[in-house]
Amino acid sequence: MCQQTVCLLQAAIERAGMATVSISLLREVTSVIKPPRALFVPFPMGYPLGAPNDAPLQHQIIAAALGLLERDKVPVLEEFT
Amino acid sequence: MKSYPFSRYTIEPTPCARLAKPLGESRVALVTTAGLRTPDQGDFDRSNKRGDPSFREIPNTIETRLLVESHRSYSFDHEAVRSDVNLAFPLDRFRELESRGVIGALNHRHFSFMGSIVGPRRLIDETAPQVARTLAEDRVDAVFLTPV
Repeated sequence: MCQQTVCLLQAAIERAGMATVSISLLREVTSVIKPPRALFVPFPMGYPLGAPNDAPLQHQIIAAALGLLERDKVPVLEEFT
Repeated sequence: MKSYPFSRYTIEPTPCARLAKPLGESRVALVTTAGLRTPDQGDFDRSNKRGDPSFREIPNTIETRLLVESHRSYSFDHEAVRSDVNLAFPLDRFRELESRGVIGALNHRHFSFMGSIVGPRRLIDETAPQVARTLAEDRVDAVFLTPV
């Protein structure tokens, strides 16, 4: 239920006035809950930023997610490629 | 995770807060549901069937290798995140972004939940708004959230 928890937290924080973006490991959950901005990543559960001890890959994913922060036509659910 | 139930909690309408200033001037906080805590904090309650909606405040100054991962879920490989906590709580990566000026500054605290909250009513009514208020009081501009 991690994905649902992330989405619910994200909504609460965005309602309090802050721009939010989340990583999604489960597209079907995120697409139902509809948080403001999410980047779907094609990795297994437990690997939201791709791989352990792989800073370049983690940075690529973070950069893609942060790139969604300025989007104001929500919900946004994009895929990391 | 074929058994993961579809959520009953569609957010309607989806809230939208605009980023008030460029990211390079923004204060950023991290929120994870990886069940992380500092060594001196109490563990999450893994016996509560509905899930533990409490949270742990993670100081920005923490040495990430000291963080303890105690998520109760059997549905993911714990070894990966235990070998590099940045996989689900990328504080070291965000420190690098801060030093490169990609983000303005990291907030002095971040938040960790244990995500296996099957019955999220207390999360929705109490702990999520509490964390949101705290981040707003800290004048955070943007929040990056990770599941595990």
